[in-house]
Amino acid sequence: MNTATRTATINPMTAGTLAAQLGRLGYPLIGLISVVIIWEAIAGKIPGIPTPYDTLLAAIVLFEDPFYRNGPNDVGIGWNVLASLWRVGVGFGLAALVGIPAGFVIGRYAPVRKMAAPVISLLRPVSPLAWLPLGLLLFKAAEPAAIWAIFICSIWPMIINTADGVARVPSDYLNIARVLNLSERKVLTSILVPSVLPYVLTGVRLSIGTAWLVIVAAEMLTGGTGIGFWLWDEWNNLNVQHIIIAIVIIGLVGMLLDAALLALARRFAFAEE
Amino acid sequence: MEKYVAVESVSQVFNTARGPFTALDNINLAIRKGEFVSLIGHSGCGKSTLLNLIAGLASPSTGVLICDQREIAGPGPDRAMVFQNHSLLPWFTCFQNVYLAVERVYGANESRAQLRERTAAALELVDLAHASGKYPREISGGMKQRVGIARALAIEPKVLLMDEPFGALDALTRAHLQDALLRIVKRTQSTVVMVTHDVDEAVLLSDRIVMLTNGPAATIGDILRISLPARRDRVALAADPRYLQYRAAVMAFLHQRYSNPEQGGRLALVGAEQTKSEQDCANVA
Repeated sequence: MNTATRTATINPMTAGTLAAQLGRLGYPLIGLISVVIIWEAIAGKIPGIPTPYDTLLAAIVLFEDPFYRNGPNDVGIGWNVLASLWRVGVGFGLAALVGIPAGFVIGRYAPVRKMAAPVISLLRPVSPLAWLPLGLLLFKAAEPAAIWAIFICSIWPMIINTADGVARVPSDYLNIARVLNLSERKVLTSILVPSVLPYVLTGVRLSIGTAWLVIVAAEMLTGGTGIGFWLWDEWNNLNVQHIIIAIVIIGLVGMLLDAALLALARRFAFAEE
Repeated sequence: MEKYVAVESVSQVFNTARGPFTALDNINLAIRKGEFVSLIGHSGCGKSTLLNLIAGLASPSTGVLICDQREIAGPGPDRAMVFQNHSLLPWFTCFQNVYLAVERVYGANESRAQLRERTAAALELVDLAHASGKYPREISGGMKQRVGIARALAIEPKVLLMDEPFGALDALTRAHLQDALLRIVKRTQSTVVMVTHDVDEAVLLSDRIVMLTNGPAATIGDILRISLPARRDRVALAADPRYLQYRAAVMAFLHQRYSNPEQGGRLALVGAEQTKSEQDCANVA
């Protein structure tokens, strides 16, 4: 009797989870398969576009040895991706070092906010690539110029979100600070930083997203290594299969970066009641 | 009478978009050490504005406020505040929330162990020792308010200021916390100024009830001295003729002499202008 009821209750439950899993994985899978079908149809009509199958074969060959080195301008796809990630990491790291403290100061002190507002409004809409020649002039080399472009594009979301977070600290929390007469240092560590952290992490997420967009374009201009350079190089070789593979890789890496930062943001977001 | 807290000829005028708005007009009030004073009046600005002035969160336009023979020049931990919405920091546990205040006041002179002891004692006082490791989101509204009271009491303030401390709670929790507050105030001999709009709460807890007239330019309409020996027993009190008499007196003030401006009364005389001022006042607050 007991076992009978148990199987009776378990069966619909497993069916439920199965349906739920189908819903979770099934629909996204249908979406991706649809894209491949459309791609196949386009490839059948336009001769220059490779079919999905040919591209897959090329990808398998490419990923058999992602870390080879045949001279400075011919390295494996793995090295190229790592080179791009490294530039993004350095440029973004420097931007965080400057942007987050700047955001705190701008958000906390009204005169600084008023001074910074026109500067930020003017410079933020400028494409980071417009800064690339200045980077080349300043640093006389492609590598730091690319990092410079990343720095410029990453810094705005971090400054703006941090400053916004500081300005949005609930007045209740600041009233506690006022009633207790807390020192400015204590206000910073006990109230501002924990309160602003979720905003900072949003800024970080936006920055990384933009940085990854920009690095591909910057590398096309600066050359050398990197996934952007590789993509452009394959265009010069007229290897369209590799261009498509590069697009997929860029998308995947961007997606993983975003997922990683989202997980980090969840970890640090305190739950409001 | 010894004046521990004194409000002398205090007026408060706010500059609004529509010109100056007088919230408080010529308030005079003296509070003894260990006294429990309630400020009651219709919703508007008067009560909380006066409390914020005593807290030092705002400065009066004219007049002077004194606490323990010194002029109130700004906020300070000698006048601890319990906020209506508890205002606990969500990233701190109950213990850490109280510890923040304790560390601020005693950190310079006491060891960490002593500070922790004070914090634990304050949580013990509000019967929350068991919840000290919990985060605000993990406890009920009544418990959060008790942590707020513990934070205020832990720093042994000269005056405990409470801004509708139980306003956001359900009736049963409110009654429970009122009893707890009575017990705590009796034990700590605290001087308390509480803003409320609950007549029963005011009569039950206060030594004196300060009744404010309707704004704008609110002032003290009347002061009722309460003398109830057995406050602890809420049930017996409900039938006590003196309790009923005090209650009736406050009700008469609020509903006959100065009836709710939002439901007619003086509004009928002054017209729309008053509602506008009420809104201004709410905006300023």
